[in-house]
Amino acid sequence: MIHPPNLSPDYRSTVLRAPSRPPIAFKTDPDTIELTSPVFGHAEVGALEADLTRQHAGEPIGERIVVTGRVLDETGHPIRNTLVEVWQANAAGRYAHELDQHPAPLDPNFTGAGRCLTDGEGRYRFVTIKPGAYPWRNHHNAWRPAHIHFSVFGTAFTQRLVTQMYFPGDPLFPFDPIMQSVRDPAARERLVAAFDMDTTEPEWALGYRFDVVLGRTPMEDE
Amino acid sequence: MITPSQTVGPFFAHGLPYAKDWEMVPEGHPDAITITGRVSDGAGEPVPDALLELWTGETGTRGVLTRAGEGVSGFGRCATASDGTYRFRTARPAGPYVSLLVFARGVLRAVLTRIYLEDVPDPLLDGLEPERRATLLAQRDGDAYRFDVRLQGEGETVFLDY
Repeated sequence: MIHPPNLSPDYRSTVLRAPSRPPIAFKTDPDTIELTSPVFGHAEVGALEADLTRQHAGEPIGERIVVTGRVLDETGHPIRNTLVEVWQANAAGRYAHELDQHPAPLDPNFTGAGRCLTDGEGRYRFVTIKPGAYPWRNHHNAWRPAHIHFSVFGTAFTQRLVTQMYFPGDPLFPFDPIMQSVRDPAARERLVAAFDMDTTEPEWALGYRFDVVLGRTPMEDE
Repeated sequence: MITPSQTVGPFFAHGLPYAKDWEMVPEGHPDAITITGRVSDGAGEPVPDALLELWTGETGTRGVLTRAGEGVSGFGRCATASDGTYRFRTARPAGPYVSLLVFARGVLRAVLTRIYLEDVPDPLLDGLEPERRATLLAQRDGDAYRFDVRLQGEGETVFLDY
């Protein structure tokens, strides 16, 4: 099992929210709507929405980074023109969200949300600020490793994926029940971006590469 | 190997909702129906930080993200309110059901279900015990449908393997 079991009690919020009964398999036919997914128009997403450092009057505080990668299906084929959405905390580990009570500063020049469509090779690219780690109340002295939330569509509604991208070498990994909810170490490793010198831009920004591989559609299984 | 899922977390509100995300058809559209309901947990408490996505199978012409046209969009998104409720205004679909994904803090991989607007012979419905089948049937009142999502426990919604 690649995905984390929904009941992962070390992550306390799962205890009352994980379904208690196993999911039901469903048969597909050509009219099965889960085999399709919305098609996005290029006019719907502005080019600047992929640059999280240029959404306000000034530049945000923090370490500027480029995050890029490809959205692929399980056979390695690129998924083109699909929507990739990201959201994250600022460099101090604070979200621009009214319920985030972490006593770290908000940054008036950073909202921390962006989106883009993949290109003809399935590639996406965001410019942003490296997010900070932040505390949460799951257990005593609980801290989330720095991460960027990703939302990806694909070509079938059953490929829909929301996940989190982590940064290589973070010492918080073994203590984080959300990351550790993925039981298979090799699968967990796929949540960690790779530092990439080819993506790094001289005198400007460090680069990270993070590919997202979506599952097969039910139709392909038949 | 595929990329594993992770929870949407509690702080998606500045990233995922967008203007008119739940309004898949404009107000007054001749085919408009509403689907509303409440998401609750295993203790019966409302889930105030869930994100629901509705998909009817057709992209349509209204725009998925911009909602510019007067036509229909087949995709909608709605974050639950503090009382766990959600709402969609959509067009009556061609088939008996629409697809629903539910993301939330504490849900490590989104749960997938179907909202059946009509109780018809159906390969999925017909394979379920009556009390489980009932969890997939929306309650109709004219053009208004009610569909509650119970993540766990009594009356637990049937979720689909994907």
